[in-house]
Amino acid sequence: MSAVFRILLLCLFFNLSAFAADGVDVAGQRISIALKSEPPTLNSLQASDVVSSFILNHVMEGLLQYNMRNELVAGVAERWQLREDGATFWLRRNALWSDGKPVTARDFVFAWRQVLIPATASRYAFILFPIKNAERVNRGELPADQLGVKAIGDYQIDVQFERPCPYFLGLTAFATYNPLREDFVLARGGSYAADAKDMLFNGPFLLTRWDHGAHLTLQKNKKYWNAAAIRLQEIDIPYITADASAVFNLFQEGSIAMAQLDTATLQEASARGAPMQLFDTGALYFLEFNLQPNRMTANVHLRRAIQAIFAQEQLTDKVIGMPGNLPTFSLFPRSVKGINGNFRDEFPPTPPPRGMAIAKQELALAQSELGIKQWPPLVLLASVSATGKRQAEYFQQLLQTGLNIPVRIDNQIFKLTIEKMNRGDFDIAMAGWLPDFDDAITFGDLLASWNENNRGRYNSPRYDALVNAANATGDQSKRMLYFSEMQKMLIDDVPILPTFESTEIYAINPELHGVSRALFGGDLDFRHAYVEALAK
Amino acid sequence: MWRYILRRLLSGVVTIWFIATATFFAMHFVPGDPLSSERAMSPEIRKNLQIKYGLDQPLAHQYILFLRNMLHGDFGISFTQQNRRVNDIIREHFPVSALLGIVSLIIATVGAVLWGAVSAHYRRRWPDSAIMLLVIVAVSLPGFVTAALVQWLVLALNRQWGFTVLPVAGWGTWKHLLLPAWVLGLSTMAYMTRLMRASLLEVAHADYLRTARAKGLSAHRIFFRHQLRNALLPVITVLGPAIAAITTGGFVVELMFAIPGLGRYFVEAVQQLDYTVIMGTTVFYGAFLVLMVLLVDIIYGVVDPRIRVAR
Repeated sequence: MSAVFRILLLCLFFNLSAFAADGVDVAGQRISIALKSEPPTLNSLQASDVVSSFILNHVMEGLLQYNMRNELVAGVAERWQLREDGATFWLRRNALWSDGKPVTARDFVFAWRQVLIPATASRYAFILFPIKNAERVNRGELPADQLGVKAIGDYQIDVQFERPCPYFLGLTAFATYNPLREDFVLARGGSYAADAKDMLFNGPFLLTRWDHGAHLTLQKNKKYWNAAAIRLQEIDIPYITADASAVFNLFQEGSIAMAQLDTATLQEASARGAPMQLFDTGALYFLEFNLQPNRMTANVHLRRAIQAIFAQEQLTDKVIGMPGNLPTFSLFPRSVKGINGNFRDEFPPTPPPRGMAIAKQELALAQSELGIKQWPPLVLLASVSATGKRQAEYFQQLLQTGLNIPVRIDNQIFKLTIEKMNRGDFDIAMAGWLPDFDDAITFGDLLASWNENNRGRYNSPRYDALVNAANATGDQSKRMLYFSEMQKMLIDDVPILPTFESTEIYAINPELHGVSRALFGGDLDFRHAYVEALAK
Repeated sequence: MWRYILRRLLSGVVTIWFIATATFFAMHFVPGDPLSSERAMSPEIRKNLQIKYGLDQPLAHQYILFLRNMLHGDFGISFTQQNRRVNDIIREHFPVSALLGIVSLIIATVGAVLWGAVSAHYRRRWPDSAIMLLVIVAVSLPGFVTAALVQWLVLALNRQWGFTVLPVAGWGTWKHLLLPAWVLGLSTMAYMTRLMRASLLEVAHADYLRTARAKGLSAHRIFFRHQLRNALLPVITVLGPAIAAITTGGFVVELMFAIPGLGRYFVEAVQQLDYTVIMGTTVFYGAFLVLMVLLVDIIYGVVDPRIRVAR
């Protein structure tokens, strides 16, 4: 009955709320944008996806935060001290919750314990594991009060580490480390963050409207400690759809300020001369080889032969055909920090040996080692998306014509791709990795033998030893040497074949300025954005 | 009549139970894991999640638990929308799909009766041929093509006239409703037009029409009272399945017009293996379909006294 009633209500109010939103409103400092999907959850204990992080990054704030250049700056904490065995944070007194009460050290301690207790079942619990006893609390072996974090008074937090963690400051900017207020969360019972009214905010914006699947509105938080630096008054999100052409149509109509472009809409946007902006995503894409002993791809010479004939530029320029994607042969993207500057500048990778002659030589070695004349077809696991299919066909062509190896493409929807990768049901898989925090280890330990994400099951005691060594010290110059060694090993062993670092391209309203993109656990960043009329 | 309805309702319950059971086991035997994501999980974190969703229990136990909750009208919490109850998802998003469906059905039926009548009236002359050609085009075009074409056209119009005649996408005002409802109803309108034309022509030669003409009734009265009413029967027959198809099949249209309907959740749940949402939406749509078919059968009796069930 209530459904019928709602239909009637919808009919009644349909005419009254008639007004078309504008993409940018200079006088009101407000913009409208579209979102790819409904945020799966805005409970920071559980959020693990890009869309949820996008909203959370605007309405919440951790101890530290990334600025628009993706550098760490003060958040709720105004100063801090990082040691080998732990860290101390001093909180600012003017950080407030949206109900006016101060953000205190207890709010962080409560949130971090909640993340780890088994009943919360947080997917991102592992990101707190550098804290002493965290892993054991998460396994249910220790009570949550044994976690190595203490509130000293209202404005000081002491953290003890399980092992040295030179990148801990970056972790505190991640949504899972956000504070939560105990009295508010407990009063809401299980429904904390189920709706906008079931949330408290401490970030630059407030979530004032959340019609599930339909419409979200963020409004400037006047109580935010740094409110003077925030210029946008409102970010309205009246459209939720994953359809790129619909989003681009809305942009052309002027209803939204930005639209992410895919291959098809990019052509249309260029033809219309729409202003565009490129953003680095920090993500690395690669081919993952299955190294389990019963697979042809377990043979290193076969992998080197594939490496030798593969030209990354061809894939990015001709096959994907989107500007900005950067060909690479290193595990560590350009955004990874080194000792003082960028890791890649300080430790440039040596290009792998390439060319037809080397490929032939390696292929002959592989054939004699495996004792085969004719190659059986290799299974290439790829997604069902248009770009996934196009890339897979390119690799199929490459292996068939270049090496005379037949390839069977296995296009699967996302869940089944993951399932098949976990089961080891592939020879080559197209995979990618997004960094969680600002340290090379987020990429480096990807190929450690114990990492569940190492789905090709690369197992090198030497590589494992390097990862362990990097985890055992806080000395950055030593750690970077270990990472440089890992970089070298991977080019030599080829357990994965890096392809490119990805970018996203948006059509953007020229009156909108100051938009950036979070590289670590986030998406577009409008915290420093503003709208300004174009000079006539 | 009431006994008939009661009997149909009872068999409907059995149908729904069967749909629920078949879906439940099919879903669990599909390869893939509802808990998996890009980021692999440690065994501990995975165990915590399994306990949270009851996936640590044996399948038979899960099934009994599901049936018991279903009897209480509770489908649990979504796997992907981790703070939302499946009941809330259906309650909030079905009305949107239903409104879109109703409007598109009205457009489709009115259009079909109109074009079918015109086409039958001008049989074998150019208006008939033109309409039949358009019908074939409309039936053959998939929804996403029509949607894209319509959006492109409206965008061009808006640009031409310098103001937003109709919004290209979105939801919230009656203007947002027109394009998607039309796109969604187009193929239904097309095949109902054909049906309407055929059945109007069939009854045109019926004896009772000759009698009516012989009595000297006005052409207007003959058409509406005798010809149209009798010709409507086959159209009403397909109406039941059409209602179900339109309200559930709006996935592409909802996606392309950014409409917060239930169709999107239905399809995405299957792709994401969101067990609770799959079960909730399937059982709900199953019940909806059963009710619609029953409703059509009752309307059938009203329109045609010959098949009225009055035992």
